[in-house]
Amino acid sequence: MEKQMMYIFPKKIKSLSVYLMVAGFFGLVYGFLSAPKNIEESKAIIATSHGDHHGGEHNAHTSGLHGASPNIKNATNYSGGDMHVSSNTEIKNAEIHSEDHDNEHDEHVYHQLANKPWAALYVSAFYFFMISLGVLAFYGIQRAAQAGWSPVLFRVMESITGYLLPGGLIVIVILFLSGLHLNHLFIWMDPEVVAHDKLIAGKVGYLNTPFFLARAIFFLSGWSLYRFFSRKFSLAQDKASDISNHKKNFRISAAFLVFFIVTESIMSWDWIMSIDPHWFSTLFGWYVFASMVVSGVTAIALITIYLKSRGYLEFVNDSHIHDLAKFMFGFSIFWTYLWFSQFMLIWFSNIPEEVTYFISRIEDYNLPFFGMLVMNFIFPLLVLINSDYKRKNYFVVMAGIVILLGHYIDIFNMIMPSAVGDKWFIGVPEIGGFLFFLGLFVFIVFKELTKAPLLTTGDPYVQESKNFHY
Amino acid sequence: MSSNRFIHALYDDDDTLLKAVKNIRSQKYEIDEVYTPFPVHGLDKALGIEETRIAIMAFIYGCIGLIVAFIMMDFIMIKDWPQNIGGKPSFSFLENMPSFVPVMFEMTVFFAAHLMVITFYLRSKLWPFKKAENPNPLTTDDKFLIEIELNDNEKGLTTLLKKSGAVEVSIIEKSE
Repeated sequence: MEKQMMYIFPKKIKSLSVYLMVAGFFGLVYGFLSAPKNIEESKAIIATSHGDHHGGEHNAHTSGLHGASPNIKNATNYSGGDMHVSSNTEIKNAEIHSEDHDNEHDEHVYHQLANKPWAALYVSAFYFFMISLGVLAFYGIQRAAQAGWSPVLFRVMESITGYLLPGGLIVIVILFLSGLHLNHLFIWMDPEVVAHDKLIAGKVGYLNTPFFLARAIFFLSGWSLYRFFSRKFSLAQDKASDISNHKKNFRISAAFLVFFIVTESIMSWDWIMSIDPHWFSTLFGWYVFASMVVSGVTAIALITIYLKSRGYLEFVNDSHIHDLAKFMFGFSIFWTYLWFSQFMLIWFSNIPEEVTYFISRIEDYNLPFFGMLVMNFIFPLLVLINSDYKRKNYFVVMAGIVILLGHYIDIFNMIMPSAVGDKWFIGVPEIGGFLFFLGLFVFIVFKELTKAPLLTTGDPYVQESKNFHY
Repeated sequence: MSSNRFIHALYDDDDTLLKAVKNIRSQKYEIDEVYTPFPVHGLDKALGIEETRIAIMAFIYGCIGLIVAFIMMDFIMIKDWPQNIGGKPSFSFLENMPSFVPVMFEMTVFFAAHLMVITFYLRSKLWPFKKAENPNPLTTDDKFLIEIELNDNEKGLTTLLKKSGAVEVSIIEKSE
């Protein structure tokens, strides 16, 4: 038996993750401080930032995703640019617009600007939490399928899922603060909005703050319990003389997967789709799942390659990397398939209340919306299609970084249009949020790596996994 | 000058076969052909056969299929008989492109799959009514056969093959 090497958290990575957190924290604080506190401040920001192209931008948000009263009429006019141009002088021309409408509009813009730092925080918090949840599902599949190739990677996966509970708690805290009306991410939480909106009023039995938070806590507890026991059995199996822990792990993994696919779907409706409570898509749960599992597998591959480059994980060979890259490739195509299935049906049927979702994304978010297709589909397709490239760390890392950034933009596209309308920008608060959670993620994951030997020596399939070759 | 005499060694296990192939090749003998009832993992590498280029052809065939789908849909739906697609009578290929994506995907797969099979048959010189080249019907059941051309190395080869685990070694003379 070879001596088990324990991972030592390198000082450099530790301080890097702390720097990232500090830098990100200041970015977020800056975002919150620079957000308008009231309607007057919001007006001042708009007036200074708009300059001469004022009219065009102003128009975009009258038809943007106005939570309280989605302007379907305006939205359908969206592509007819000339209709907007004619009213471009509206701010100066008070007679065209009633006083009332201007006030309503100013309040709406204020909410969008006030939402901006919250949305930046929420997108990144959810994104990194989603990576660990995706890894947990992937890990559960490996356990339930009794896969022979992957046990050498179990400790890496278990470390990534170490972020699940802290990351999930942060997300729930943000949801809780939304419930306290500190932001307007979830407009259905506002009783004033519900009172004037028949569609949301009809959903109150499901979309109400207490039930919403109770569901969130229930889901996170379920996932965390599985993670806790699976990790416990996995560590116990290393010291055990029989495989009873392995069998227990198999059983709870199968049960978890059933629980997961139902709760993940509901989670995606709750935490993302309900930001836009008038719109719905029946495959949204799958779409979010595809995003999380491809990011998760990519994170496993990147961390594995990093550890290998530092002399750890000597039992991982390039066939394991090859298999991870196959999953990155396959799930990227799976994600595209779901993205397209969602897009094409809505685009084709062209029903106003559905199609506004894509119109606002194509009009206001053109670059991130189509850019993410390049990053999440075309780039991995071309880079990873060749079997030999999937075994070269250089290619896997290159594709992996693009996939991870692409799926951040995917989450950005899911949340931002409904939260901030056309007021989006990947600026200080967004990058700050990303860096903060990246730092936290790296810190927790690498800390978790030091807690157990890097090889699950007691796993009955570990020898098969070590011998695995393509 | 090539002789028309061949030595046939029959094996009953794929692991033994793989080891034998490696052994024979390390002794600098040239293996002409191996007949197996099923694909043996790693045999192509052990035999030192060049890697297949069919994957590259698959990619090219897929691209051809994609282009054919483009041209076909443009002709059928836009040029020849312009269609009002999904209530959006723009009569522009690009604006209607999303509804053609399933067709493009299917044509890509169709071309890649069918042309790959046809390529494989051509490269393997397989066509209808072709007479089987298989020297021993047992290799369609559960036996593996190595065929090596004989020059004046009969004795050495026979002992080598017997030692490598062959269940039967025989010498065959081919008429043509």
